Amino acid sequence: MASIELKSLRKAYGAAEVIKGIDLSIEHGEFCVFVGPSGCGKSTLLRMISGLESVTSGDIEIGGEVVNKIPAADRGLAMVFQSYALYPHMTVRQNLSFGLENIQTPRAEIESKLNDVAGMLQIDMLLDRRPKDLSGGQRQRVAIGRAVVREPKVFLFDEPLSNLDAELRVDMRGEISALHKRLGNTMIYVTHDQVEAMTMADKIAVLRLGELEQFGRPLDLFNDPHNLFVAGFIGSPKMNFMTGVVHSADRSLLTLDTGEEVSLPVTGFAHRAGEKVTLGVRPNSLLPDPNGSIHIQVRAVEQLGTDSYLYGQLADGTRLTVHNPGQTQVQAGENVALSFAPDAVHLFDTDTTLTLREAP
Amino acid sequence: MSRVWEFLTATRGNGRLDWTDWITYGYLALGVFLMFFPVIWLLLSSFKTEADLQRFPPTFLPYQQETLMVDGYEEPLPLFLMTEGEFEGRVLAQVRRVGLQAQMVDPANPEERLRVTIDQREPVEQVSLAWENYAGLFERFNFLQFFWNSTFITVTATLLMLLVNSMAAFALSKYEFRGRTVVLLLVIGTLMIPQTVVLVPLFLIVTELGMFNSLWGVIIPGAATPTGVFLLRQYMITIPDEILDAARMDKASEWKIFWRIIVPLSAPAIAVLAILAIMWRWNDFLWPLIVLTQTENFTLQLALNSFQGELQTDWSSLLAMTVLTLLPIAMVFMFLQKYIATGIASTGGK
Repeated sequence: MASIELKSLRKAYGAAEVIKGIDLSIEHGEFCVFVGPSGCGKSTLLRMISGLESVTSGDIEIGGEVVNKIPAADRGLAMVFQSYALYPHMTVRQNLSFGLENIQTPRAEIESKLNDVAGMLQIDMLLDRRPKDLSGGQRQRVAIGRAVVREPKVFLFDEPLSNLDAELRVDMRGEISALHKRLGNTMIYVTHDQVEAMTMADKIAVLRLGELEQFGRPLDLFNDPHNLFVAGFIGSPKMNFMTGVVHSADRSLLTLDTGEEVSLPVTGFAHRAGEKVTLGVRPNSLLPDPNGSIHIQVRAVEQLGTDSYLYGQLADGTRLTVHNPGQTQVQAGENVALSFAPDAVHLFDTDTTLTLREAP
Repeated sequence: MSRVWEFLTATRGNGRLDWTDWITYGYLALGVFLMFFPVIWLLLSSFKTEADLQRFPPTFLPYQQETLMVDGYEEPLPLFLMTEGEFEGRVLAQVRRVGLQAQMVDPANPEERLRVTIDQREPVEQVSLAWENYAGLFERFNFLQFFWNSTFITVTATLLMLLVNSMAAFALSKYEFRGRTVVLLLVIGTLMIPQTVVLVPLFLIVTELGMFNSLWGVIIPGAATPTGVFLLRQYMITIPDEILDAARMDKASEWKIFWRIIVPLSAPAIAVLAILAIMWRWNDFLWPLIVLTQTENFTLQLALNSFQGELQTDWSSLLAMTVLTLLPIAMVFMFLQKYIATGIASTGGK
């Protein structure tokens, strides 16, 4: 069993604390994605799990065993690096077999494992080439192959797709997901791209500034973000935020900073009358409506054929994005009135940034 | 070959010689002359006999007087062309010379002795290589012993130096440890101390360790050089850490990472250092001169020095041995020169 447990894990470089106490539990066989903006500590966290980075305090458990003191090589993990980190002076075959040779695997066994993996990743015709003669996608496959061939308990991926072009990235995304289904191993995948996180993960851990903001299934994060950061980070295009004050007498009315009044759901959220709140509405929940209570001036229009996006701003300068299925006649510079369904909103406490949603 | 010719005859354009071409080729020709003339002069002079070397004015090519076996004489006799007097135009062989007079014979008629004054004749000469200069090195001097000493010192010292320097460079470039910068600064700092300053203390240490008059006394003090450590370190810094991390995940020991990853990837820099080390060791003179005092331990450079006596210098042997001393280093250069260019280029960037 290769479940992974992080217990109040900390990492500091001198006075600078980069991982500030993370508790996380990844089940055996789960595909877990660490996502966050650059500098959030996600790569450091991965390197701590791998053993390449030391632990300042807290515990890392793999399969129930504390591995803090166990060197990287003996943790039974394999890692795919952002730069692929293939050995440039070795052929693909030597790259794949290097790890097996180091644990004194018999020649014949190396050969058979190597052929299995090469066949699976369709790199069998590349075995005698060197990394510099491969394309980005091929290098990526070899790097994954090098991890797979050692049959590790857990796979670690450190932004493996960030050096590929957009089209290849989508392909490789599918392949890594397929690989996970086939092998059934625990995998931890680090990315700054929330689309990768949403499409591949069983569980997503959103990190910011060395702290775990939220951990859960992709759609749970999307539907029920715990705070403003997660709400803004998960989902593309980003969620729209508008600040305002709840009506002092009526909890179902919100006065936005622009003075416009919108209606709020009374149940499901724990907002109090007179409280300062931030209203979050996803772009696809904002609908053009001549009777709508929110008025924006459209600054730009993007027509994608099947979808169109309106980029506008409120009277106080707050920017809003509106997703419109199909094509739109709206031109830049026009004023548009918007409304939204009350059940499509998220409410956050402006001061603490935490969600006001009541636990069911 | 045609491309070489094309390169050598390139002009500024339009196929004709521009004035800049004249200057360029003139400058290059001067450079070639300055660099190659001494070497060619050395090579040709090494084939001159001792007499030919002493001649004034000197000749460019090695000449020797022609000799002929004449019936009735045991030794070959030197030939002269008569320039004036009664035998003008004939080629005679000299039997003996007394003062300004010489006894000559006509090779066609060896019985009759002819008396001539020496200003009536000039020697018959032809270009001839005095191979005996080289043969003498092996017969009269223990050239092979010197050659072996030099080779042993060069090869062993170079290997030892590459090993020590690359390990130090690996540690200084890839490991984070307390005092790393201090160590590096110390290493670089030693570059500022001239070797002559530490000559005496170094000599005392070598003597204390019982390496005086031993080849190891020459080899070991030069095993670690700040230049080498610095050069290799600068190169190794450019090797991405992720590759080492990948190797660690692949269960490679640090020792294995060094041999299987770092050394092959630093090959260009190591090649440059190897070439430099070979040149340094081969041409080294001062330190071997101090440590080695017995002739059987002499390197080629010391042997060359010993030809130069206080009163007399054996020029023909000296020149011949200089040529033989130059050859190996020229060979090393010819075979490794492409690594020098690529190595130096790649230690600079990326």
